[in-house]
Amino acid sequence: MRLLTLALTVALAALPVRVGAQELTLSVAISMKEAVEALGRRFAQARPGVTPRYNFGASGELQKQIEAGAPVDLFVSAAQRQMEELGQKGLILAGTRRVFARNVLTVVKPGDSTLDIAKPADLLDPRVARIVIGNPRTVPVGQYAEESLRALGLWDRVQPKLVFAENVRQALDYVARGEADAGFVYTTDAVTRARNVQEAFRPPEDTYHPVVYPVAVVRDSKHPVLAQAFIQLLLDREGQAVLARLGFQPPSSRTPSQ
Amino acid sequence: MTTEALDALVLSVRVAVVATLLNATLGIPLAYLLARRAFRGRAIVDLAVTLPLVLPPTVTGYYLIVLLGRRGWLGQPLYAATGWSVAFTWYAAVIAATVMALPLLVRTARAAIESVDRELEKAAYTLGRSEWRTALEVTLPLARNGIVAGLVLAFARALGEFGATLMLAGNIPGKTTTVPLAIYTAVQTGEMGEALVLVLALTALSCAVLVLAGRLGARAA
Repeated sequence: MRLLTLALTVALAALPVRVGAQELTLSVAISMKEAVEALGRRFAQARPGVTPRYNFGASGELQKQIEAGAPVDLFVSAAQRQMEELGQKGLILAGTRRVFARNVLTVVKPGDSTLDIAKPADLLDPRVARIVIGNPRTVPVGQYAEESLRALGLWDRVQPKLVFAENVRQALDYVARGEADAGFVYTTDAVTRARNVQEAFRPPEDTYHPVVYPVAVVRDSKHPVLAQAFIQLLLDREGQAVLARLGFQPPSSRTPSQ
Repeated sequence: MTTEALDALVLSVRVAVVATLLNATLGIPLAYLLARRAFRGRAIVDLAVTLPLVLPPTVTGYYLIVLLGRRGWLGQPLYAATGWSVAFTWYAAVIAATVMALPLLVRTARAAIESVDRELEKAAYTLGRSEWRTALEVTLPLARNGIVAGLVLAFARALGEFGATLMLAGNIPGKTTTVPLAIYTAVQTGEMGEALVLVLALTALSCAVLVLAGRLGARAA
């Protein structure tokens, strides 16, 4: 499905565009969907003729697309690792790389769940039959979840219950649909489906690396100046206000959310 | 070959074999009924069986979730009664593969059965054979080339099923990751070497199936 999205993005990019019209293609970690879309609307309003195009997915998958030559201007990752690997391959403009937000890991359960899941060890309860995490090979939230479960000494014991999702929103959806009894997502994801999921507990923040969102201009971008302007929007007061409203934390400190 | 790749290959073959057996059990009688009997709801059955052939696999996958998911029409009572749900198990992969492969068998077998000379069936009836025995001893043996061809197509389709499987069974290494899913994941994570091994394995397996089918067809003819 995401390959199809990519193919469509490529096809759209190849269409003859109106003279003066510019398309900015953003590959964005899907947990940032609402935030980047909201800022994209403001960005386009302030710049007539500029159309943002979005390619949402797991950061690892977006990274591989860029490595394969996808025509992308800007990359927003939900972890440093994917950005780091692109940096080592020289595929991003190193000077443009910035961290613009932070997030927090949480465990959710279905909205109508009657299971008492209040601490990590409760995941071992046999009634918690299925736990969904992002596939740690490509999905940062899965990597943070694995890291946390290992630090808590639970990884080996919950392994038989694990179901892998292709990105954090799929993990969220499995829980919202009641297919999984618990799932690891970000606090900002949980609120997007507040009617169908409830937070069970938050894993201790010292059991996983801080969840940071780096952004950078892709080396082969056709619109590096425009892409740089979008990064500026993410960092300035307007952008930070939108991010804060959606529950993201500012990049510098690790203050707990209100 | 890595253990994950080997797991995927073993699982794929297991899923395809079971799905083909289910197809034979369901599909051959269904093909016979559609070819030889006028019954109420025949058009609807025909439509329901054929739809997965023309719908995108993700649409079929969606219907399967609505039907069999933990909150599905059948899945909910099953989960309430047993605490077990088919989604995200290898049975889900079998179900997805069976549903996706069924139209190929039914359509091919049905055409073969329809082309059997009805005069031969009538002769069997005149000689006192029941419809049941006539079907088993006259119609189906005469249609066997088409039926075998349909089973081969069904096996190949089951082996290659991706979309509906991903939706109903997920992509859990060692449990529901069949070869097509493993290839998808390998390419997504940039492991082109592992993808190539699986691509070659699946290609070889498909060629073997086709060659075998050709031999069976030649012997049957």
